[in-house]
Amino acid sequence: MTMVRRINGFIVVATVTMMAGMQSALAGYMDTLNMTRGVTPVSERVYDLHMLILWICIIIGIVVFGAMFYSMVKHRKSRGAVPATFHESTRMEIIWTIVPFLILVGMAVPATKTLIFMTDTTEPDMTVKITGHQWKWEYEYLDGAAEGVRFISSLSADSRKAVYADPESVDNYLLDVDNEVVLPVGKKIHFVLTASDVIHAWWVPELGQKQDAIPGFINELWTEIRKPGVYRGQCAELCGRDHGFMPIVVRAVAEEEFTAWAADKKGIGKETEVTDKIWTIDDLYARGEEVYNTACIGCHQLNGMGLPPTFPAINGSVIATGPVAGHMDIILNGRPGTAMVAYKDQLDDVDIAAVITYQRNAWDNKVGDHVLPADVKAMR
Amino acid sequence: MSEAVAHDIHDDHGHGPEKGLMRWVYTTNHKDIGTLYLLFSLAMFIFGGAMAMIIRAELFQPGMQLVDPHFFNQMTTMHALIMVFGAVMPAFVGLANWLIPMMIGAPDMALPRMNNWSFWILPFAFALMSATLFMEGGAPAAGWTMYAPLVLQTGDAFPFLIFAIHLLGISSVMGAINIIATIMNMRAPGMTLMKMPLFVWTWFITAYLLIAVMPVFAGAVTMLLTDKFFGTAFFSAAGGGDPVLYQHIFWFFGHPEVYIMILPAFGIISAIIPTFARKPLFGYSSMVYATASIAFLSFVVWAHHMFTVGMPLAGELFFMYATMMIAVPTGVKIFNWVSTMWKGAMTFETPMLFALAFVVLFTIGGFSGLMLAITPVDFQYHDTYFVVAHFHYVLVTGAVYSIIAAAYYWMPKWTGHMYNETAGKIHFWWSTISVNVLFFPQHFLGLAGMPRRIPDYSVQFADWNMVSSIGGFAFGLAQIYFCWIVYKTIKGGEKATDQVWEGATGLEFENLPSPVPYHSFTTAPQIR
Repeated sequence: MTMVRRINGFIVVATVTMMAGMQSALAGYMDTLNMTRGVTPVSERVYDLHMLILWICIIIGIVVFGAMFYSMVKHRKSRGAVPATFHESTRMEIIWTIVPFLILVGMAVPATKTLIFMTDTTEPDMTVKITGHQWKWEYEYLDGAAEGVRFISSLSADSRKAVYADPESVDNYLLDVDNEVVLPVGKKIHFVLTASDVIHAWWVPELGQKQDAIPGFINELWTEIRKPGVYRGQCAELCGRDHGFMPIVVRAVAEEEFTAWAADKKGIGKETEVTDKIWTIDDLYARGEEVYNTACIGCHQLNGMGLPPTFPAINGSVIATGPVAGHMDIILNGRPGTAMVAYKDQLDDVDIAAVITYQRNAWDNKVGDHVLPADVKAMR
Repeated sequence: MSEAVAHDIHDDHGHGPEKGLMRWVYTTNHKDIGTLYLLFSLAMFIFGGAMAMIIRAELFQPGMQLVDPHFFNQMTTMHALIMVFGAVMPAFVGLANWLIPMMIGAPDMALPRMNNWSFWILPFAFALMSATLFMEGGAPAAGWTMYAPLVLQTGDAFPFLIFAIHLLGISSVMGAINIIATIMNMRAPGMTLMKMPLFVWTWFITAYLLIAVMPVFAGAVTMLLTDKFFGTAFFSAAGGGDPVLYQHIFWFFGHPEVYIMILPAFGIISAIIPTFARKPLFGYSSMVYATASIAFLSFVVWAHHMFTVGMPLAGELFFMYATMMIAVPTGVKIFNWVSTMWKGAMTFETPMLFALAFVVLFTIGGFSGLMLAITPVDFQYHDTYFVVAHFHYVLVTGAVYSIIAAAYYWMPKWTGHMYNETAGKIHFWWSTISVNVLFFPQHFLGLAGMPRRIPDYSVQFADWNMVSSIGGFAFGLAQIYFCWIVYKTIKGGEKATDQVWEGATGLEFENLPSPVPYHSFTTAPQIR
């Protein structure tokens, strides 16, 4: 008796463990099959709505296809079926107009509620401005602890190198950036979105929304992240050659951590670097290569040959081999009417000096001169 | 032989086709022009399909292996433009040319010379468009939707793209005018509107959609042209314009356009299912009204393609409700087809198999369409592979399947030869299995967060992309097999009977021999 009980107990435990194991394996796999539930009040509502409508569709599908397949099996000539002759029924037509309509009303009610909830951007705790560029994102904190913090976020150099090598070898291939957007959890964060060149779209699935970033216009979005963590997304509107290579990484942290991050971000003493450090051409070249490979590479390519006619070559160009002043001017101020944007607000003096030095000495450009951060500061 | 006798003989036999190449250049015969359209469309289907193969090969695994990202974007753009304007639309116009005069008892189309012209514009338009592949800066790469301002970065290809679209628009509008004129004026006595086969009805409504929206499209691309070359700023915020305005104009064309590509398919399916169920179509008049309702609604739902552009709440709600409404008339059609099968005596020849697959798979595309209509969840689906899966279900297993079904169904009537039934069945199962391997996993990819129009992806999407690519290659191969089946059927094969199919009804099956003579219904048939 005890033996039987023990065996029974064993079977129960084994079954439960196995099922739990299967469930967790399946749960891991489900991430590649279904929408994420996400970590915000919006994403959770969106997920629930998605599942509701999916199930309604599945049930309708089972009924309609069930009737169809039943008919295909039962009403076939090879089984000796004799065709009926009926060909209309006003009552049926009315039923299958009214019933679907009522089902649609049933869907529209929660959909409307969710939409109203999602579009309510009033009373935010802080506002972040997001600007899309070909092919990187710019973030600017408009208020709160990090007010004034502003940076560019591009695809990480590791991922970029792996594109033509081994994507499996890097973590978060194509979903990793050099500068993450850091946000506090539990705060209502208001995003305003725009773009500088073409239309982009900012999308992090776990936050449950996506919104276009349109040049000349401001769009809005809000989120309230419930769980600390790193959430990854991508540009979702075709924006040219490197559309697939401008990821978004959001790091959600506790408020104290956010304040510390903001203080650190604000307090970087770039000033001393510019004036006090003695820069050699090799230092500048090495730093310039890094800057080039995140900021310029998208258009002008690894080999500096660009993608004519839209993106001209730097290798052998008149500007990069001509007078330094002209070279500095185009990088600081851009070239209006073309895809070349002004970098004076995107890069600091050191980075600009470095990237100019790199461009003048890389590939076949062997000009041999270099530009100091102080020169750039003077040009501004 | 006296002149009078010669004249009589001449009259008795009627004109046969001219010999040689010039027959096809000069022809004003609706059957010849239909054939030209259909063969052109098949060629474009293979051409656009080859581009899809390049896309799927690059997406076979993560990392960039075969092409540059810019060329990848050219492929997605050209694939769509060629499939929409080169494969699907001309195929339906070809079917209209072949079938509408025979179905309404007319000797030919109302405007035969214009008919010749509408076809012969097409090869030139596509020559212009395809030539861009060899130009400085490459082919158009901003997507078939050509959103401003991105499309303004196109290289030398830009004006060629715009003029190719103008030519396609002219061709489509002329074709539509011809179809309306034919249906309005050339019906045999007794062929009242509500006696017309549904294929004629759906094309009649489609033709009005074409006339309404093709000029809008021409206007939108002309505005792009002047923005690029003549200093206007319709779509540039810096000049007081609005990039989103382009999207509104484009989709005011674009949404009716997607129904242009599916309404004739509804007509085809409504012809095939009753034949093989040996039972008349259920709810004929409700089918006509449903088609008209869908066409009407197509004009007021366009912004559901643009839920993420930042419209006001009221706008989002209006377009969500209007879009959801489309499920009602579309549902009516599905229910009518299932009721047509109900208590019939079905057989499952190749056209019927494709028609049944259409009903199931198009409905799956309809379900994902309904999901996409729900604005709050569309924020997650929008511009992901979920959308790619959705429109390929409605366009490939919808529109293209109906065209293939039509080819199998009417080819014996056109050529006088039966196709090889075993080959047809192999083609069906091979296509249907592979097309689902190709597109079903794309639902998963989209839901898991993979954006569309990207040449490379994060490694968590690797498995399903590989599965999808394998399905893609298999589906592509199956269509080469289809070309071979078509070739063999034109060349020879078992002789088709005049009725072709046991349950076939309609003037083309009941009143004309197989193959149909070069001139048919020179005297109008009696309509019972």
